[in-house]
Amino acid sequence: MDTQTKIVEIVKQVAGKPIDPTPEESLFESGILDSFTLADLVTALEKEFSLKIPDSDLSPRKFDSVARIQAYLQSRT
Amino acid sequence: MPYLRAFGSALPARVVDNVTLAPMVGADPAWLLHATGIEQRRFAGPGETVATLGIAAAKDCLSAAGIAAADVGFVIVSSGSAEKRFPGPASTIAAAAGMAGKPAIDLPMASAGGLFGIALAAQLAPRYGHVLVVASEIMSRVVRMHPAGRDTAILFGDGAGACLVSNDTGFAEIVDSVLATDGDFAQALRLDFDAPLYMDGRTIILQASRKLPRAIGEVLERNRVKACEVGTFLLHQANLNLMTRVAQAVGAPAERFFCNIAKYGNTSSASLPIAADEWWRGCEKPLTAPIVMAAFGAGLNWGALLARPV
Repeated sequence: MDTQTKIVEIVKQVAGKPIDPTPEESLFESGILDSFTLADLVTALEKEFSLKIPDSDLSPRKFDSVARIQAYLQSRT
Repeated sequence: MPYLRAFGSALPARVVDNVTLAPMVGADPAWLLHATGIEQRRFAGPGETVATLGIAAAKDCLSAAGIAAADVGFVIVSSGSAEKRFPGPASTIAAAAGMAGKPAIDLPMASAGGLFGIALAAQLAPRYGHVLVVASEIMSRVVRMHPAGRDTAILFGDGAGACLVSNDTGFAEIVDSVLATDGDFAQALRLDFDAPLYMDGRTIILQASRKLPRAIGEVLERNRVKACEVGTFLLHQANLNLMTRVAQAVGAPAERFFCNIAKYGNTSSASLPIAADEWWRGCEKPLTAPIVMAAFGAGLNWGALLARPV
């Protein structure tokens, strides 16, 4: 499974609903994520990709779309 | 050793329910309740100020403690919504409550100010004896009561709380505290001059969801107390969902998190001592388990405090 597919699966899991976001789609504006599921998303990303996301990186903008999440994860490798 | 001695509170008489608030912010009352879990809040009247509410809370606390104002050695007042740049409300509250001449300092801190005040009082009590902490806020005057400010305006209420920390006796010993500040996100929650309160809710919730459980975990771990052993968690009453998530994260039953946000909304730094006062006065039996206080807010400032029954 490639990184983007993994991210989509995690988003589906934390959103708790069958969704299929496009890479650039805003996860907040589309109602897929809210303030609280965003926190769950960050925790799930840390677990899936075995990394620790520091508080200084916890800006919602970094996690607003599948493409941005992917870019962030790539920046950490 | 510093002890929690007593709490007090003062709430404006005006009760604003969701039916009353809804047209002010262009919202449906049922949606207000669903979105916030808040059923009503208090709004200060025309003659009320941060200082007048604080004075009433201070007197209520001293009365509950059975301590004369003249015996208080130090006064700390937190407020993020004080009316003036200076002097802050501390000097007015101290004088009006019978503590003129005693050192009285302001903590211009919203949200976590009550917790920081109590933690500082624990450090000052060995020198000053009785340290009175007051947290007072009139949030209804700093939010934008308009549909454009709806998402923030619906969250807040007005009120004041107080806590007396004493060096000789009390109902719980303050054992330890963890305080922290991260200015990297200072812009996410702020009250600029001549502008309404601004809050980036997503950033605040995201940061709080991580920092609050961590602070609670740290103060418990270094004092070898398990979360399941804590009898009561007294948190800044910011958000019902946040408290539920903090409970899950620290591994404690949600019912041990005292919650009165439905009645008062988020009263910023006053919410912790108001909640503590309501909880304390409702305790029918002497404490047998530790208490944890915790708060998070603008700054960002956050922390947790552990107290053990005597």
